Amino acid sequence: MKKLFNISNTLITLLIKLCGLISGISVLLIIIFLFSEASGLFNKPSIDQETVIAISKKNTINDPEAIQIKQIFNREIRNWSALGGKPDSILLFRLDDLILYYPADAVTEVPDTMRARINRLFAQHDNLIGYFPASLMPHEFSGRVLRIPNLNVMDFIRGREWIPDARPVNIYGALPLITGTLWVSLLAILIALPLGLAVAIYMVEIAGRNINRILRPAITLLSGIPSIVYGFFGLVVIVPFIQDQFGLPAGESALAGAILLAIMALPTIISISEQAIRNTPQSMKEASYALGASKWQTIHKVMIPFASRGIIASALLGLARAIGETMAVLMVTGNAAVMPSGFLEPVRTIPAAIAAEMGESTQDGLHVKALFALGCILFVITLLINLSVEYMQPRTKKRMML
Amino acid sequence: MSKLEARDVNLFFGAHQALKNISLQMEKHTVTALIGPSGCGKSTFLRLFNRMNDLHNDMRLSGTILVDNKNIYQRSADVDALRKKVGMVFQKPNPFPKSIFENVAYGLRINGVRNKNYIEERVTRSLQQASLWDDVKDNLNRPALQLSYGQQQRLCIARALAVEPSVLLMDEPTSALDPASASTIEELIYELKIKYTIVVVTHNMQQAARVSDRTAFFYLGELVEYDETKIIFTHPTHQRTQNYVTGRFG
Repeated sequence: MKKLFNISNTLITLLIKLCGLISGISVLLIIIFLFSEASGLFNKPSIDQETVIAISKKNTINDPEAIQIKQIFNREIRNWSALGGKPDSILLFRLDDLILYYPADAVTEVPDTMRARINRLFAQHDNLIGYFPASLMPHEFSGRVLRIPNLNVMDFIRGREWIPDARPVNIYGALPLITGTLWVSLLAILIALPLGLAVAIYMVEIAGRNINRILRPAITLLSGIPSIVYGFFGLVVIVPFIQDQFGLPAGESALAGAILLAIMALPTIISISEQAIRNTPQSMKEASYALGASKWQTIHKVMIPFASRGIIASALLGLARAIGETMAVLMVTGNAAVMPSGFLEPVRTIPAAIAAEMGESTQDGLHVKALFALGCILFVITLLINLSVEYMQPRTKKRMML
Repeated sequence: MSKLEARDVNLFFGAHQALKNISLQMEKHTVTALIGPSGCGKSTFLRLFNRMNDLHNDMRLSGTILVDNKNIYQRSADVDALRKKVGMVFQKPNPFPKSIFENVAYGLRINGVRNKNYIEERVTRSLQQASLWDDVKDNLNRPALQLSYGQQQRLCIARALAVEPSVLLMDEPTSALDPASASTIEELIYELKIKYTIVVVTHNMQQAARVSDRTAFFYLGELVEYDETKIIFTHPTHQRTQNYVTGRFG
């Protein structure tokens, strides 16, 4: 009997160890997977393998940046001199344009004919730039194929434009999304922290036991509402409200997202800062009262400074929740992946971008890898926040023992 | 006219009666010691004079407490102003987790004093009065919690003195200190009585005998005997007082 007990004991210990090991390894694997997928974005040019961009052989410019190519095809750059070439207007060529150069009756789908025509075009026009499928590459090409440089990490983070479906090159600049995320989350905390702190102070110093008995479960309930429900609430209530108040064409904006996230971060902020304020030793409060301080002076000068680390930790944890929030934000921020210029402009956050674009990107394409890279950025941001919470925590504990 | 006076005071916490029918007067510039076994109500009695018992919300009081002949439990009484007049030092040193300077300046700052020179002057003076100045004058910006326990208690005395009270309540001010620090505080009490009216709760009979002019003996919420310290320790009227001061119980 005893032997059986011993065996089951070791078995259970083994099982628990195994569980710990497996979860540890899987977390590690997920992180490795995340980063290895993301790294795929940086060792290839941001252009489809099947597409070729070419210019005339007589054109002497260096290989342009991806962003410059986008500008050329958007007619933002109209002269070769802008790229260091001879002053001459830029002539664009897309495959569909073949019709413009050849009479309508000469429409053809025969690859060889098309190749010959492409070849002739690049030979004829010195100022031509164009892209076409690699399968239509002429055998002895009269033009020069442009090499698109690989995207590097800094360009990805600093890039001010996010246009994953641009043709012929995709533009992956994460800055608008990073800024969007930070704007919405920081504004949310700016709204939620004073509110949450006020509620926490109310719960500790003013509300009686009976009110707290109702208030505390209510706050817990607030954190239990699914985020999609919050999003729906935001869409129906907050968005129209902002639209009316500020006379906007559409209420979907950074502000709407921030208000919604503020509501969602409130429970975290309230419960953690309440705990921190409650931990102020009675002797500190008495010392303050005994010197003739009023209740508010005591709260302001003794209790809040004493609880400051806990309050900051609560704000950081609220921030961590806000940054990772996806659905609710996706529904109310308007999803425009441009650099935000005001809180009433639509923005797109990183999680919203991943959720919205995952479906429209091809499995092996660059777009998916770019989304993974966004995920990495998000991971790093939340990791930093959590590390700083860790840094705040132990000292709070030490102070509590005092 | 006595400085502090209690008239027919009864005090309840919920159903528990902590003080029973207590009347006693304390004169200006004297040190009064409150002695008695734990739970006898002496600390509770002390805390009546700066209304610290108000922090309990189930407190009930009958009778009158007078400071400078004014009833401090009147409805119109200004509690914050009272506490500026009646300073308090606690059993355990409880400096704020701020610098030495800010601890002493706290009372001035919450009174809205902005004048920097005046604050500095008051801080210096208070630290000198609490005989802490020589220990800390080199660096007033040090965290108060880095001081030794005895120094912290003197800092708390300086903090109380900074707002210029006329009464100082001390709730077992030396019970958490080593003998050397305790005797420094005792000397301090002796010096301070020139300017202040001091009430000190203590468990230490020798201390009561050394520092106080008058002594009140409390037992189970009642004031058993109140007289000159000399008499209490040599010829007390009640047997119970005799037993307590000679250490036969308590």
